[in-house]
Amino acid sequence: MMNWNLYSRGDKFFAIMVSILIGMFTVATLYPFIYIAAVSFSSGFAAQAGKVVLTPIDATLEAYGYILKDPQFWISYRNTFIYTIGGTVMSLAFIIPGAYALSRPQLKGRRFFNLFIAFTMWFNAGLIPFFLNMRDLNLLDSMFGIILAFAVNAFNVILLRNFFEAIPKSFEEAARMDGANDFQVLWKVFVPLSKPAIATITLFCIVSRWNGFFWAMVLLQSEDKIPLQVFLRHTISNLSDDDEFAIVQTAAGFSAETVTAAIIVCSIVPVLIVYPFIQKYFEKGILLGGVKE
Amino acid sequence: MTVQEKERPLSKSEVAISDEHSATIGPFEAAVEHLKREWQLYLMLLPMIIWFAVFLYKPMYGLQIAFKDYSIFRGIAGSPWVGLEHFETLFANDQFLRAIKNTITISALNLLFGFPAPIILALMFNEVLNASYKRTAQTIVYLPHFISSVIIAGIVITAFSPTAGIVNTVMGWFGLDPVYFLTQPEWFRPIFIGTGIWQEAGFGSIVFLAAIAGVNPSLYESAVVDGANRWQMMWKITIPSILPTILIMLIIRIGNIMEVSFELVILLYQPATYETADVVNTWIYRQGLQSGQYDLAAAAGLFNAIVAFVLVMTANTLSRRFSRTSLW
Repeated sequence: MMNWNLYSRGDKFFAIMVSILIGMFTVATLYPFIYIAAVSFSSGFAAQAGKVVLTPIDATLEAYGYILKDPQFWISYRNTFIYTIGGTVMSLAFIIPGAYALSRPQLKGRRFFNLFIAFTMWFNAGLIPFFLNMRDLNLLDSMFGIILAFAVNAFNVILLRNFFEAIPKSFEEAARMDGANDFQVLWKVFVPLSKPAIATITLFCIVSRWNGFFWAMVLLQSEDKIPLQVFLRHTISNLSDDDEFAIVQTAAGFSAETVTAAIIVCSIVPVLIVYPFIQKYFEKGILLGGVKE
Repeated sequence: MTVQEKERPLSKSEVAISDEHSATIGPFEAAVEHLKREWQLYLMLLPMIIWFAVFLYKPMYGLQIAFKDYSIFRGIAGSPWVGLEHFETLFANDQFLRAIKNTITISALNLLFGFPAPIILALMFNEVLNASYKRTAQTIVYLPHFISSVIIAGIVITAFSPTAGIVNTVMGWFGLDPVYFLTQPEWFRPIFIGTGIWQEAGFGSIVFLAAIAGVNPSLYESAVVDGANRWQMMWKITIPSILPTILIMLIIRIGNIMEVSFELVILLYQPATYETADVVNTWIYRQGLQSGQYDLAAAAGLFNAIVAFVLVMTANTLSRRFSRTSLW
């Protein structure tokens, strides 16, 4: 249907124009990242004067030196790994067995449980009651609290439940013949058959944990518990109006702008490394997600 | 008794039960027997149900402070009732009313500019013939979706900085005076919505690309026979075919009109721009979590949640009705 040789002149012109527009949008998407990377490798003076456009000016690693020497950077980086790995494992531990149970027709009260979970997608008590609840549970300023309180969301449960429901009954029956119980059926039959759906959920969990900011900012007070995103925010908002920093930076080769850019680069790099591996899953995942509740 | 049960040997307790009650089995006994047989399922479900109860339903119980004079020392249950006092305060509060107005305005602008962007992008991707060019472009435009709001805000703050930022540098080339964009109320919405498009248009196009992929190829083949060009095919075949998807996505967006990504607002606004930037959730955040007026803020949250609930339910009903009568 789409064959270049069959295209009329008008069609060829149209296709070329579209390709150029796509290219422009792609460049516009990419440019801010290139710009930030260029700022992070520039001298503080050049960045402050607004000289950086595409490539580093007076290239230097001073900003990275400043960041990498800050113990708080490493602590928050470590914490982000803990939240991401711990949180994702916690999510899967709740969601996989729960979604399996919900997908079984023999479960009594299935309609009720499904509604119980789906209702939370439509109605939410909001910030204040959630916060007060965390305080009553003694989960303020607790790393475990962050990992636990954001482990489950209705969307992921429903996504996986629907996937489980679509697995043909014969797979389960064969395992039952061999005397498998529910745990064995789930672990040996359903989990291996549901790799795409589980990979999608894992991906959603990892991304939201890695990027999680608001509740970490609200719930965590101790500096040794904050994740990278909160550290990044503190740095951005503090550097610009910190007089002491302004004095230090004039002597060194960095500025608030280059340091901010350097932290941004440091926190994007892991995402860029993982991104090619996850790409094949999220396209499938978003379509799995576009399903009935 | 089911066939399945007869196939395996009965345990002692099961024998006891079936001996006593095999003739007249009451609902209670039936439930016990069911649990004995299927306890593993309930055990798997239990942790998740407890999680929902503790972290999502218990706060709903806490919502009662919207009708109470809440004090930390008396607790949620012990605080005295005050009826609708907080709601009266809310609707006499100019800042809260402004926050509602801003929420709706920002959502509406987002709908106007942000909604068509992924559709146009998907239609354009559909016209790109070179597969690897298309693939590369897609990989790049999906990327910003995975970047955190803190980083997005950091990039925006750096790029729009009055002295150091690239935007003012470029404006300088054309002899324009520098503008401190992030302190000017009239610039907040364009920057916020533009950032949203930059971050989400690519990723949002996936749904529409999938819809386009589902269009029957024979429609295009017969159009080619009829001598239609690509532009005509896009308007006469592709767009009508994906119209149901477009409408459903539109309904969902309208249902979520009270949901402005307030995390990004918090990161980008400042007192100078509250006038155009402050939305309901950021107002709740300042009033409740920063100033400690929990009851008033909870009342605002309840109002927001009820409006959102009605909108989402209406949207769900509409989209369900629509998808039943539509092509798929």
